[in-house]
Amino acid sequence: MKQYSDLEYLRLSKGQRFLYKLMAFFMAIPRAIGHFFLNIGVYIKKAAQGVANECKDIVTTFTQGDWKTKTSFVIMGFGNLARGQILRGLLFLLFEVVFIFYMVFTGGYWMSMLPSLGKVGPTSEYNAVLDTYVTAYNDNSFKILLYGVLTIFFIVAFIYTWRVNVEQNKLAEQALRSGKKLKSDKDDLRSMVDEQFYKTLLALPMTGILVFTVMPIVFMVLVAFTNYDGAHNGFSNNLFSWVGLDNFNTLLSWTGGNGGGQSYSATFGEILTWTLIWAFLATFTNYFLGMFVAMMINKKGIRLKKMWRTVLVMTVAIPQFISLLYVSKMFARNGLINLSLLDLGLIKQPLPFWEDPTWARVSVIIINIWVGIPYLMLITTGILMNIPADLYESARIDGANAWQQYRKITLPYMLFITGPYLLTSFTGNMNNFNVIYLLTGGAPTNPAASGAAGSVGYTDLLITWLFKITTGAESQYYLASVVGIMVFVVVAFISLVVYNVLPSIKNEEDYQ
Amino acid sequence: MNEKRHMGLRTLNRVSNTSIYVILTIISVIWLLPFVFITLQSFRVESTYQVGYVIPKQWGLQNYINLWNSDFKRWYINTFIIALASAVLITIIQLCMSYTLSRFRFKMRGPLMRFMLILGMFPGMLTMIILYRVLSDLGLTQANAVPGLILVGVASSGMGYYVSKGFFDTIPKSLDEAARVDGATRFQVLCKIILPLSKPIVIYTILTAFMGPWGDFVFARYVAFGTSAGYNVAVGMYSWLTNDQIARMYTTFCAGGVIVAVPVTILFLCLQKYYVEGVTGGAVKG
Repeated sequence: MKQYSDLEYLRLSKGQRFLYKLMAFFMAIPRAIGHFFLNIGVYIKKAAQGVANECKDIVTTFTQGDWKTKTSFVIMGFGNLARGQILRGLLFLLFEVVFIFYMVFTGGYWMSMLPSLGKVGPTSEYNAVLDTYVTAYNDNSFKILLYGVLTIFFIVAFIYTWRVNVEQNKLAEQALRSGKKLKSDKDDLRSMVDEQFYKTLLALPMTGILVFTVMPIVFMVLVAFTNYDGAHNGFSNNLFSWVGLDNFNTLLSWTGGNGGGQSYSATFGEILTWTLIWAFLATFTNYFLGMFVAMMINKKGIRLKKMWRTVLVMTVAIPQFISLLYVSKMFARNGLINLSLLDLGLIKQPLPFWEDPTWARVSVIIINIWVGIPYLMLITTGILMNIPADLYESARIDGANAWQQYRKITLPYMLFITGPYLLTSFTGNMNNFNVIYLLTGGAPTNPAASGAAGSVGYTDLLITWLFKITTGAESQYYLASVVGIMVFVVVAFISLVVYNVLPSIKNEEDYQ
Repeated sequence: MNEKRHMGLRTLNRVSNTSIYVILTIISVIWLLPFVFITLQSFRVESTYQVGYVIPKQWGLQNYINLWNSDFKRWYINTFIIALASAVLITIIQLCMSYTLSRFRFKMRGPLMRFMLILGMFPGMLTMIILYRVLSDLGLTQANAVPGLILVGVASSGMGYYVSKGFFDTIPKSLDEAARVDGATRFQVLCKIILPLSKPIVIYTILTAFMGPWGDFVFARYVAFGTSAGYNVAVGMYSWLTNDQIARMYTTFCAGGVIVAVPVTILFLCLQKYYVEGVTGGAVKG
């Protein structure tokens, strides 16, 4: 593509400028992707260098250290204790003891079973006393995977702590050698609410995130490489085991129709396409209509501004499940709208709001506008009022009409400020479970995809499909997990590209 | 001539203003009608299912009495407990998180924020299965779903720090520095300087944390797993609109909707100002 200089660019007509920008956008995508992969190489190189440096440091610490430091390599915290930092030393020691006990008594078992995810499934043996077959449960694949992951986390934490322990010995030695005093326990405690206050503040939230977000995600990503489902629940019927990339092959292979006559990848492609269309329409219809409403209310000379706003804001407050479920039933085949239209004699047949694929898709988008406009109105109102009024003033003097003012002042300003919001809103809409599930539940059913797990419908998003797979009759958790990873890949790809292409992602420090 | 043009503009303005009033009125009606309908239908006595008219032929409180006699009370109390606990705990967690990320510059800050951004791209639904199993191992499912839901909701709330971080970013750092020069510890800075200035964002966080559980649906249903005693209002009332129940329970659902929506809406309207501030600030800062 030809690169224009500023002067050449200014000479282009409006249409040409737009085309140029669009081209530049798409031309930048390969570069953005390339950049990303290039960075991966750099990161790996950096990481390798880091590890090498650490190792070197550990060895020199050991060879040059005194006997206290050397003992600390085996008994963590010994150096601290010997140098009078009782609190630190005890914490290190305690951690080591707990770790060793854990590894000996349970962790070792989980780690040894992790490669196989369990060897002996439930067995059924004849019990002479009870005169019946008694099932004995043996290995539990689910627990092995779960506690295996936990144990790996624990081991990583231990290695890190051990490293900190070594580092502290080194620093303590250096400090003593240069005649400085070491920090006493009292200093340590004080620094927990001062220089190190961030550690105190972050401890609780990060533990929560680690245990209830990170660990489950790692677990579920691993599930994508197993055959964990209702028939292999890892405990009471069959164990599950590693299957490598089989599940990805299942989802992405074009061959092999499933019952309904359509391959998995075709079904996946259809749902993905609809998800993207939905996310695009849902984001931008809400955005522009919400802005439009906000501008109407903001317009000079319109009275009762507060009342209009309150009316709309009220609908934000009402829990979504009430409004969505109610509206869903209102448009149902025998719902309020159809019944009253029939009663009035305006229609002969009930309108197929949720029965016909196209009707259903249009309906969810329109109802989503109803849900989203008040929220967007709130967001845009504040920003609209921040646009400097003299911009409009000078535009008016130059004879610009309302449309030109909107096109040249309002819209660029809004897009610039709300760029990041639009991105998060787009990805949020891709995963907008509530609106789809409460309105249609994915209906109407797509007969061509009936063989795919969890009865796919025309309004299903990837996220509702994932839910259906999980709760469906066969509970194909492995497939749900693969779909989840796909959602992640798509969202991450879009975010990455947009972040690399959009110029308006500003430096956060600018705000402070 | 100039006079004439001026007059023309004024009439034009009046016409456009009138059309705006018309549009705004139509919008307000469209937005409010479903809620008017739901309220009217909650007083309908003559039939419990959907009909082709809105204004009841026979008014009465039958639906509210049904509500009182159903499990709804239990669900309401469950939801209220979850909402209250979340409001307190989530606020504490999110403020810790956002204050730290706004004010401290430490080595792991950048990687941490990037890491959480990436984590947020995974669909949360994915983790439902495992969280359910973990909760059921802890005995916090079905009838005990309430503490389980609080635990999970609070534990992962640290990820939603963006809005309040955006707020803290707007408080000048020089305030902190001045206090630090005077010998205040970081803890004292937080308690004596930042918190008193943060009333809007604290109220915003409390409000959103309190309102969230009223609409919490998917995970709550998964955790309660068919045990009515562990339902929250969303899960319980959803069960009334399934095909086999809707004919009996439709108007009761409407009554329940009113009972749920009214207190939340009133609370929301009272604290509207803070909500608008939070939402606007959050959107601008991304």
